[in-house]
Amino acid sequence: MNKVKHRSGFWFAVTSLVSGLRLTWQHFVRAKNRRTPEYVTDKNYFNQPDGLVTLTYPYEAIPVPDNGRYRLHNEIDDCIVCDLCAKICPVNCITIESVKATEEIGLTSDGTKKRLYAPVFDIDMAKCCYCGLCTTVCPTDCLTMTPVYDFAEVDIKNMIYHFTDLSPEQAEEKKQLLAKQQEEMAAAKAAALAARKQG
Amino acid sequence: MLAFVLTLVLLLSIVIVLAYVERKVAAFMQDRMGPTEAGPYGSLQSVLDVLKLLQKEDIVPAAADKNLFKLAPILIFAAVFAGFAVIPFTPDLVPAGIGIGVFYLLAIISLDVIGLLMAGWGSNNKYAMLGAMRSVAQIVSYEIPAGLAILAAVMVCQSLDFQEISYQQGALMNRFPGLEFEMNWLFGIEALGINTTTIGGITTWNIFRAPILLVAFVIYFIASLAESNRAPFDIPEAESELVAGFHVEYSGFRFAILFLAEYSMMVLVSLVAVILFLGSWNTPLPNVGPVSLAYWTTGTIGELSGILWGGFWLLSKTFVLLFLQLQLRWTYPRLRVDQLMHLCWKVLTPIALAVILIAGIWRLLMI
Ligand code: SF4
Ligand code: SF4
Repeated sequence: MNKVKHRSGFWFAVTSLVSGLRLTWQHFVRAKNRRTPEYVTDKNYFNQPDGLVTLTYPYEAIPVPDNGRYRLHNEIDDCIVCDLCAKICPVNCITIESVKATEEIGLTSDGTKKRLYAPVFDIDMAKCCYCGLCTTVCPTDCLTMTPVYDFAEVDIKNMIYHFTDLSPEQAEEKKQLLAKQQEEMAAAKAAALAARKQG
Repeated sequence: MLAFVLTLVLLLSIVIVLAYVERKVAAFMQDRMGPTEAGPYGSLQSVLDVLKLLQKEDIVPAAADKNLFKLAPILIFAAVFAGFAVIPFTPDLVPAGIGIGVFYLLAIISLDVIGLLMAGWGSNNKYAMLGAMRSVAQIVSYEIPAGLAILAAVMVCQSLDFQEISYQQGALMNRFPGLEFEMNWLFGIEALGINTTTIGGITTWNIFRAPILLVAFVIYFIASLAESNRAPFDIPEAESELVAGFHVEYSGFRFAILFLAEYSMMVLVSLVAVILFLGSWNTPLPNVGPVSLAYWTTGTIGELSGILWGGFWLLSKTFVLLFLQLQLRWTYPRLRVDQLMHLCWKVLTPIALAVILIAGIWRLLMI
């Protein structure tokens, strides 16, 4: 075991005081260098031993990794409203209401047929634990993580993100269309049943 | 009256600059950036801080001794500010040039202590009281080595007049009434045969006229740190362990005054150090043969050039000392209270006494 030798004496005290001053002076002089906001894989990331370490955050920030898990985004045009994401979410922060369409709405960008409207597609970012499960189960890859992490709100209600593209009126219209179609179908069915009974 | 206003404005601007510089220097020494938002490079930060303080509610605690509480900040600031009255800013500009300036300064600054005690006692708060007691114990103790170090300088200069002391430390010595036939010799010793009366510059500063004053200067500087409650002697405030010391109950304008007094004290002790030991408003550049640097950088007394050069040298030397104070704050850890008293009574005071003895002998050699 190495014993720490206790040193004392006037000159030792003076030299240690001076070396302390030299240290702060060196930091003061090197303050003209500044850390740059480099991505962690950059060669320079660990090569900035001196200078100011602060980044002026809202103006500069270290880039986030590509596979980082931050705020969710739903590309509603590509969503087939399959409800898988809402089912897998461990904290139940996705609320989906679906309305069947009366005819085919269209195709998503990967060619899947869309048959459901989503009058409500809400994700409560305040509850979300950013586990990323919903993005892995999404069959059309429309639910993704974005690199945005700074989205604090004054009112917690604003943390609920609404992704639907239908206005309430449109949603109501679709519902009535569906109800009418179902009525017609029920009437048609009843008519067919009656015809079968007669025949 | 004019001198009062001018000094107050000058002091306020120096303090505002100092508060900004302190934050920036602190940040740079700790690899941070300091204020960046208000104005270019955050330079308006301390102005805005003062404006903010002025808008704050002025709270007087219900249980406080109202009169003492209200009077204390005014007394503290008045005591420090009164000290500036005898400071010679340029060769012919002294707010109040009195013959016993040094004595007056020491006396008036001691009033500060009463203000601190009033603030601590009047707040009716145990933390404020403890902070005030620590403050007072520290300031009263350190006045002794500081006073002895000043005494050494006064003995060498044989004067209590700051302006006379200033004139003695430069090439203009013979221009001061009463000093027409005085001579400055290198290190104050005539036997060396080097007459520095007309060389001036750094060779006639007190720390060169009598090199023992260099020791006195170090003692004074350490003691002045303690007197202005600066780190490493900031036990009364000790941000990391106490709330704020004696001014814990103060807010708004009253706090601003206390803050101002604290920074004014820093400026004042640095000014006194510069005047007594580092050549006052005299230029550091000596006359070398035909190149009369000292005269060129002194200007003409009584004209604008003399005022500008004098003020420039005095303030730049003061700022060097102030920078050193800041650097010390961010370099050294705080002393424990027993170490503080040990340093004062068992180290600085005996050395200061020895310095006085040597300075006396030196003065005998000088004539
Ligand atoms: S990231 Fe996890 S917690 Fe957040 S919505 Fe998706 S499944 Fe739910
Ligand atoms: S899993 Fe994807 S496609 Fe299915 S409802 Fe969620 S976001 Fe839409």
